[in-house]
Amino acid sequence: MTTTKISPRPLKTAPAKARRTPTTWDLRLYVAGKTPRAIQAFANLTRICEEHLAGKYRLEVIDLLKSPQLAKGDQIVAVPTLVRKLPEPVRKIIGDLSNTEKVLVGLDLRLRS
Amino acid sequence: MARHRKPSERDASLAKCQTGISGLDDITEGGLPRGRPTLVCGAAGSGKTLLALEFLVRGITQYQEPGVFLSFEETAEELASNVASLGFQLPVLVQQGQLTLDYVRVERSEIEETGEYDLEGLFVRLGAAIDGIKAKRVVLDTIEALFAGLPNEAILRSELRRLFRWLKDKQVTAIITGEQGEGHLTRHGLEEYISDCVIVLDHRVQNQVATRRLRIVKYRGSKHGTNEYPALIDEHGLSVLPISSLGLTYPVSTDRISTGIPRLDAMLGGKGYYRGSSIFVSGTAGTGKTSLATAFLDRVCRQGGRALYCSFEESPAQIIRNMRSIGYDLDKWRKAGRLQFHSARPSLYGLEMHLASLHKLVHEFKPLAVALDPITNMMSIGESAEVKAMLTRLIDFLKNQGITSLFTSLTGGGHDLEQGEVGISSLMDTWLMVRMLETNGERNRLLYVLKSRGMAHSNQVREFLLTDGGIQLRDVYVGPGAVLTGSARLTQEARDKADGLAEQVGAARRERELVQEHASLNAQAAALLARAGRIKEELQTSRQQARRRGEAASADQGALARARQAD
Repeated sequence: MTTTKISPRPLKTAPAKARRTPTTWDLRLYVAGKTPRAIQAFANLTRICEEHLAGKYRLEVIDLLKSPQLAKGDQIVAVPTLVRKLPEPVRKIIGDLSNTEKVLVGLDLRLRS
Repeated sequence: MARHRKPSERDASLAKCQTGISGLDDITEGGLPRGRPTLVCGAAGSGKTLLALEFLVRGITQYQEPGVFLSFEETAEELASNVASLGFQLPVLVQQGQLTLDYVRVERSEIEETGEYDLEGLFVRLGAAIDGIKAKRVVLDTIEALFAGLPNEAILRSELRRLFRWLKDKQVTAIITGEQGEGHLTRHGLEEYISDCVIVLDHRVQNQVATRRLRIVKYRGSKHGTNEYPALIDEHGLSVLPISSLGLTYPVSTDRISTGIPRLDAMLGGKGYYRGSSIFVSGTAGTGKTSLATAFLDRVCRQGGRALYCSFEESPAQIIRNMRSIGYDLDKWRKAGRLQFHSARPSLYGLEMHLASLHKLVHEFKPLAVALDPITNMMSIGESAEVKAMLTRLIDFLKNQGITSLFTSLTGGGHDLEQGEVGISSLMDTWLMVRMLETNGERNRLLYVLKSRGMAHSNQVREFLLTDGGIQLRDVYVGPGAVLTGSARLTQEARDKADGLAEQVGAARRERELVQEHASLNAQAAALLARAGRIKEELQTSRQQARRRGEAASADQGALARARQAD
């Protein structure tokens, strides 16, 4: 499970209707080995993306055990960490992403209540 | 993933890892516990990062042990430029593959937390860095930044516990720094997890003077110095000064060293001070303490030795000018490299720093004699007990080096001259006192030897004169009536001289009279003799004439008789 690219559908140009829905969402999920937590985080993430960002996102899963040097670039300390590279600003969500509401807030897909 | 070392290495429970930081290895008796984490804590600016970094750099340059520096506060570039002034070339060491600098930035505002997580990311990073250069030393500076960056303290704490365990398993010697907290050694209680060795750094300001200190709070399984040791950061990095541990075991010498004033030598058993002893010169303002110190150092230089002059009041140029006026050319010795000046205001830095800079100077210059003029100024930056402690350490240090030291001390007016210095004077071997005596509208300097351990010394008070040709000691006039000094002494001496002169004149006159009388008597005697001679001559003449007259008369009678044809 090294750098796995998941972009099942061709990227569509999004209609410029909303401020928080730019063309492409570039997401990276950092994990350290195939731990149950990592698997759960991955499952949670793909579910949320399919629901809210279908066709507009690119997800890369990085296993730090296989490529530890990549931890430096995105300043990864905790795992799992989801990094939203694009759109800017960079956001990080740590944990197994089990709280969908918090993930959406963290990704700026929903306003903080 | 952890690469364990040989078990034999792990079993050495008290193996130590030398830091290479001067002094620290002395008080830890060999260094930090090898293969274990050490906590270094202190307030902001106390030198934690520097200590940690120096530990790595010295590890690389002196002990061939590569190191990893994981910084949570400063970037690699900032670190490198911060210590470049200390001569630590971090980029070079990084390039050689000896050092890894990694900056871990955890930005609270960027992070959202959902669900369970751990710090394996950090472990992976650190592990990769350690394995990448086969590091034996690790620094985490300061891991407490994570508490600000990560919201879940419970997870963080359990992960930190795991991290320190993991570092031990990795067999790296680690320094973990921590910010000082209220009531705790560190703000987040790191001492709870790291308990093998805890070092506290302190940067205290007292009387507006800052002093660094280092203390080993605990060192499991090892003996260590427990005091607060002064530390300083200079152009060579951090040094800890385990000075107070010297004790009273210094060697002593029976060699003597001249005071530079022949008459004072005579007062000190004829030979001067003991080499390696401490000399204390006290007196009120303007009594000539600096001159006494100068005379001594000048003598040392004259004999080819090196001398260090530490002045806390005057600049070197001023001392040179002033001492030239009494016939000591210090500039000559300075140019010849035999005399070194160290001039610093006491308030420039703390007592410890003064002590440390003196240590360094002495180590570099290796003088035969040191003068400190005046030590009383130190009182302005420390409590009397602290000053005494500092001087004790300084004297111990100088005695250990066999260096003769001369301290001058200004006695304030109105104090009991001998009482005021008791605190310090008991440390001194020889105590000279100079004082002013005011009589007949003038002030004169007096010098006497209050004590001088281990030698016969004069109990006499001498008058102390500063002349164009140096320092001179004179006997005071001890006449019937009083002890006289200065012009009173001169007057008395003149009067004595006049009296003597008058007496001489009288004696000469008497002699002359006798000679004359003798001569006139002789002349009279000669005249009488001459007269006696004349009388004798006259007597003979008259006798001859009388005889000739008798003969002539009888001849005439005969002729007459023949003419008369008398029968």
